[in-house]
Amino acid sequence: MENYDLALTALMIAGLDGDADAYRALLGDLRRRLESYFGRRLRRDAAEVEDLVQDTLMAVHTRRETFDRAQALLPWAYAIARYKLIDHYRRAGRRISIPLEEAGSELRIEDGSAAVEARLDLEKALAMLPPRARLLLRSLKIDELSVAETAARTGMSRGAVKVAAHRGMKDLARRLGGGSDGDD
Amino acid sequence: MTDDLIERLVKDLRPIRGAGVAARLAGGLAAGALVALAGVLFILGLRPDMPAALGSAMFWVKLAYTVALASLGAWCVERLARPAGVPGRRLWWLVVPALAMIVLSGLQLAGAPADLRRPLVMGSSAMVCPWLILAVSAPVYAGLAWALRGLAPTRLRLTGALAGLAAGGAGAAIYALHCPEAGAPFVAIWYSLGILAAAASGALLGPRLLRW
Repeated sequence: MENYDLALTALMIAGLDGDADAYRALLGDLRRRLESYFGRRLRRDAAEVEDLVQDTLMAVHTRRETFDRAQALLPWAYAIARYKLIDHYRRAGRRISIPLEEAGSELRIEDGSAAVEARLDLEKALAMLPPRARLLLRSLKIDELSVAETAARTGMSRGAVKVAAHRGMKDLARRLGGGSDGDD
Repeated sequence: MTDDLIERLVKDLRPIRGAGVAARLAGGLAAGALVALAGVLFILGLRPDMPAALGSAMFWVKLAYTVALASLGAWCVERLARPAGVPGRRLWWLVVPALAMIVLSGLQLAGAPADLRRPLVMGSSAMVCPWLILAVSAPVYAGLAWALRGLAPTRLRLTGALAGLAAGGAGAAIYALHCPEAGAPFVAIWYSLGILAAAASGALLGPRLLRW
């Protein structure tokens, strides 16, 4: 992942120096990432996704002088994507729960927005589970404690933690897979 | 569709030189400062004792304090003008001029006879000073906002606040050409208040004006 970002950063720097092939390769790669980034967030509308991808690519191009050659490319590119996404929500008059100011700070971590959003999604999904399963999965998946630590924390045996966590994950998968298809 | 766009963008590719962001911000700041300077010269006028003031330490202290705040604010904005950019440690440097001004004021107050302390703090223009600084900083903020709209800030409120601070510092430096006050405590209080008002206005306006 980090090597990948380095390669993209090198393409960007070559592009800034005028290398058209490197730049084309970079935009092609970014395009796929952006399609998946916006696709995950705007499941319902392929045309909207394409609009946002194009908007973001345009912004990457016209504002490429704001790229700092000493920094990694992806956090920069995803910050633009996120800005465009929030702008899109605002235009559409929809409320979203992460204000722009905080959205910026998350991006200090390399590619951190994806991690933060995955975490928020996970929290939301966990809220659908019964309390015990929720506690177990939060301990294992969000706090990233080991089975042993979780067992100690909850007073259950290791075996029971494993079994209950496995059931919880299945339950979660069933609810997410078969549940509502709305994203808000 | 997107393929066509990528081809068009590649065709439009021109090499970019290094200091684009800083150059654009400096241009906006300078253009705004020129307008502000013209306003101070033609509307408020130079302080009447200008030649003598050039030889007084306090005139230069005022300029140093305000120019330092302007430069440090602009230095933070240079980071914030970039997607995912954070001012980080640059923000902390703002403490240096602020602290220096406070220490200097304390020394001046401590060394002054009791009946001179109040004039050192209040001068004769305390009630108008922050407002005039806010007004003089407005064109500078406009210049910075113009520059920022061509860049890509993603934290608009914070960017607005620091652009406002930079504009406030620059506005206060220009206002110092008009203002005859000579007390360090006066500057520490009333100049700072005007600069803070500019920063607060900048934060309020940022999300609306800096959008791109």
